[in-house]
Amino acid sequence: MKKHFPDEPLQSHTLDMLWEVQNEKGYIPNADITRLSARLGISEIELEGVASFYHFFHRKPAGQFCIYVNNSILAEFKGYRDIVSAFEKATGAALGGTDASGTFGLFETPCIGLCDQEPSALINFYPFTHLTPAKVAQIVDGLRSGVGVEFLSNAVEDNIRYTPEPDKTVLLRAFEPGSALEPLLRLAPDEVLSVVKESGISGRGGAFFPTGLKWELCRKNESDCRYIVCNADEGEPGTFKDRVLINRLPGLLIEGMIVAGYAAGAARGIIYLRAEYRWLLPKLHAAIEMYEHIGWLGADAPTKEPFRFDIRVQIGAGSYVCGEETALLESLEGKRGEPRTKTFFPVERGYLGRPTVVNNVETLCFAARVMELGAEFFQALGTPVTRGTKLLSVAGDCNRPGIFEIEWGMTVAELLELCEASDPYFIQVSGPSGQCISAWDSHRRFAGEDLLCGGAIMVFDHTRDILQILRNFTAFFQHESCGMCTPCRAGNFIFSRKLDKMARGLGSLQDITEMQQWAQIMKRTTRCGLGMTAPNPLLYAIDRFPEYFEKKLDSTRTGLNRSFDLESALEDYRDAVQ
Amino acid sequence: MEKKLVNITVDGRPIAAEEGRNIVEVAKDNGIFIPSLCYYPHIDPPLGSCRVCTVMANGKSAAACTTLVKEGMEVLVNTDELQDWRKAVVEMMYAEGNHFCPSCEKSGDCDLQGLGYRLGVTVSRFPHLFVDRIVDYNPQRMVIEHNRCIRCRRCVEEVLTDEGQRVFSFQNRGNTTEVGVDYEQEAKLTQEQAMQAMNICPVGAILVRGKSMARPRGERKYDHADSKAEVPLPKIIALKPHLRRKKIVATTSLAGCFGCHMSMLDIDLGILDLIELVEFNKSPINDIKKFNKRCDVGIIEGGCCNSDNVEVLKAFRENCDVLIAVGECSIWGGLPAMRNFVPLKECLVEAYSSATNNVEGKLVIPHHPDLPEILDRVYACNEVVTIDHFVPGCPPDAGHIWKVVKNVLFGETFAVTNAEFKYD
Ligand SMILES: Cc1cc2nc3c(=O)[nH]c(=O)nc-3n(C[C@H](O)[C@H](O)[C@H](O)COP(=O)(O)O)c2cc1C
Ligand code: SF4
Ligand code: SF4
Ligand code: FES
Repeated sequence: MKKHFPDEPLQSHTLDMLWEVQNEKGYIPNADITRLSARLGISEIELEGVASFYHFFHRKPAGQFCIYVNNSILAEFKGYRDIVSAFEKATGAALGGTDASGTFGLFETPCIGLCDQEPSALINFYPFTHLTPAKVAQIVDGLRSGVGVEFLSNAVEDNIRYTPEPDKTVLLRAFEPGSALEPLLRLAPDEVLSVVKESGISGRGGAFFPTGLKWELCRKNESDCRYIVCNADEGEPGTFKDRVLINRLPGLLIEGMIVAGYAAGAARGIIYLRAEYRWLLPKLHAAIEMYEHIGWLGADAPTKEPFRFDIRVQIGAGSYVCGEETALLESLEGKRGEPRTKTFFPVERGYLGRPTVVNNVETLCFAARVMELGAEFFQALGTPVTRGTKLLSVAGDCNRPGIFEIEWGMTVAELLELCEASDPYFIQVSGPSGQCISAWDSHRRFAGEDLLCGGAIMVFDHTRDILQILRNFTAFFQHESCGMCTPCRAGNFIFSRKLDKMARGLGSLQDITEMQQWAQIMKRTTRCGLGMTAPNPLLYAIDRFPEYFEKKLDSTRTGLNRSFDLESALEDYRDAVQ
Repeated sequence: MEKKLVNITVDGRPIAAEEGRNIVEVAKDNGIFIPSLCYYPHIDPPLGSCRVCTVMANGKSAAACTTLVKEGMEVLVNTDELQDWRKAVVEMMYAEGNHFCPSCEKSGDCDLQGLGYRLGVTVSRFPHLFVDRIVDYNPQRMVIEHNRCIRCRRCVEEVLTDEGQRVFSFQNRGNTTEVGVDYEQEAKLTQEQAMQAMNICPVGAILVRGKSMARPRGERKYDHADSKAEVPLPKIIALKPHLRRKKIVATTSLAGCFGCHMSMLDIDLGILDLIELVEFNKSPINDIKKFNKRCDVGIIEGGCCNSDNVEVLKAFRENCDVLIAVGECSIWGGLPAMRNFVPLKECLVEAYSSATNNVEGKLVIPHHPDLPEILDRVYACNEVVTIDHFVPGCPPDAGHIWKVVKNVLFGETFAVTNAEFKYD
């Protein structure tokens, strides 16, 4: 198994080089920046620019044990604050820093994909779930007494809650290694393309682009080398389906990549795995080794037409926007994860300028099942626009959080019943970048014809405050914006200031109108999907829950700005003259 | 080789353009103006970072600089909506950075400012964010004024040493993204390369020591260019005419320097004509201290830095039909708002204890029931009350102020030219 391919330039090793230092020293000292930038032949500031883009790289000591507590809204509602306090108390480190001895570093981080077992945290990238203050104290005691993190870390549950009848289950049915590869012995690449196209499957990463077409476009672009990139960045808060697929069916994913490589004419595959899932790396490595061992990877494969494919894994370093396919490619090239302009598609100019297919984990797994089951299998499954099934990760205020493989076409009400959500009020579909629905929408169907869902369902009951949800989402986008384009960089910041103001009870009707207008401007002027979708939570919430906002606002029109609060503006002065 | 021509339309007008060129260039060749800031012709591919060039291409919004023309493409540039979006992006830059034009070396030569004039930005619709940023004096040849950087990325791409090393690079991400300077590489730049860096920066963020005022005020890019061109100002709604009585105007200076009032008096003898037409109520001009009549127009100079400013401003809102904020200080805080980056307590300690003219070790912050109390920061007038019109400038041109006032009072139509429309 390779860490890098021989034809990749040194700069593609940048993230790995930085990780090596980070892992060894707990941070990246200046001396290493000097050393590595000389090795890479770039200026120090350029390398510092890369390092400072990713929030898991630290430029100051971050502790021998680096603790990341998840601050997503699901965690917030399940006791995030108490867990942080417990860690602070046990370790002596304040959030955002280390204790005096430098043993523990305590930080917050957006969703780590363990939403069904919150509150959760990572310590040196090992998962810890279902945390309680008492458990935190025990863990820290254990670490102090020299027990290895890996032994204290607990097993992550897959929590598979629902699959359709066996003959309708696609992804989560039993897996026989080789079953997706076997058809490649008989089929030429364009025949594989036909099967995939005929099955009607489309991308599961959120954009629902037809998978067969993407592969074909890649194949059509002449090149000395093409790439299949598996997007395992799963950064959308509330989503954890890819985690379960990799944990349970790593072989299925590898087979999906091989199928894609064969069909798209690619010789190289790269799995871009988010650092939050580093604990899944051994699973992936074992799977890759197994396929190397049986001659499907790293050697001439026994396919109908000559084909040789290699797969390596790249670990990310903490950045949601790197899930955006062009930012991901930049990151693979060892740069800051800034989305590219949309002048070219990755299938035209992707990784290292070569035609590249970027596919989500679930898409590739699904493609493997298409080869195994045949295109006809999907004819009658799902809805005409979205065929087959979909994995949903459900979490929040329900008794059965976890993974649901649903046939496209299931209603919201059915899902809510299956997950035992007894008091659903505000349901966020597809994560913060998606949309919220209310009980009024429960008749709607998850389907391309009605309600598309990328994978995350967050259920909130009547005890939850909408403004708290929106502030959490906006803070997330503010933190995760790449900072490249004006409307997203400044816009999310402006929104979070506005929401803070509303939270202080100073919102007016005008604030709502302004936010709606500004959201439209942001959607139309930003450079990538992050900025375009960042205002969605606000727009949908205002649309779906008008009564909530009416209660929060004052609609008297005196010409005096309600948001200006003289008393609080004078507090500092009164304090100073004391 | 001859380049292939493709047929596109821009706002419905058919245009033949070379395939593979971007929309900004094609539009320019055909006399159509599309604002741009980060775009710099020889940076290829274009950066697409600022987004002020947003247009519609085949029904989808897109940055014109990164969109290449294709056969049959339908481009929209000048719809009301698009003009508003582009203007909003410029306003966002003003809200995000700290652009104190009156104290900026680049004023008059600044592309952001020039675009502000051209698009008629009188006020940012977004609340000013007042993010504390530094001025970096470490580089050998340069001073980096982070307050003004719009993160266009031009310097990152274009400023390289002879060995091809980058001198600038973006650091961090999100709203903390900033331009970082490699001091070691910067020291290797020649004076010409440093000058090139200053010139490529569209704003006054990169300054070369001793050279930033090389081109004097009055001879700068936007001082005379298009000086006769009209600024597209927001529509003003004129008051209904009253019969029989003179119009009544009130004025005040809050946290300002009276410069705007001086500017108002700058119409010289024009003031005599004005007195024929209007009567002044509460105003420093006639020293009437309290409102004794309802007024048609209130003119506000300065923002709010203390409780008295707030009271006066509220009284203006209550007693005047239309409020006009005049000058940078009233519009967003202006120079007094330079204290907004420092906690009030620190400011007070600095002023009343640490400053050299104070008795050492003694800290007495003036406070008395008769003295106004100081606000935590300087507030723009529209953060406290609704403001109807904004006249930017430090100070604004007298012509601009009275044109707006007369328009409100008498519905006189008017045009403000680039030369009259100023931020500094
Ligand atoms: C801000 C942003 C974040 C994204 N994050 C992910 C992600 O974590 N995983 C993913 O598969 N796709 C993500 N995408 C979508 C990818 O850009 C891309 O569409 C997808 O990987 C294509 O794969 P598919 O065709 O298999 O869906 C993201 C898009 C945006 C705009
Ligand atoms: S929209 Fe946001 S994440 Fe996307 S390019 Fe712009 S700043 Fe970066
Ligand atoms: S310093 Fe100037 S050139 Fe560089 S990013 Fe900032 S505004 Fe652009
Ligand atoms: S000029 Fe096009 S994005 Fe800046």
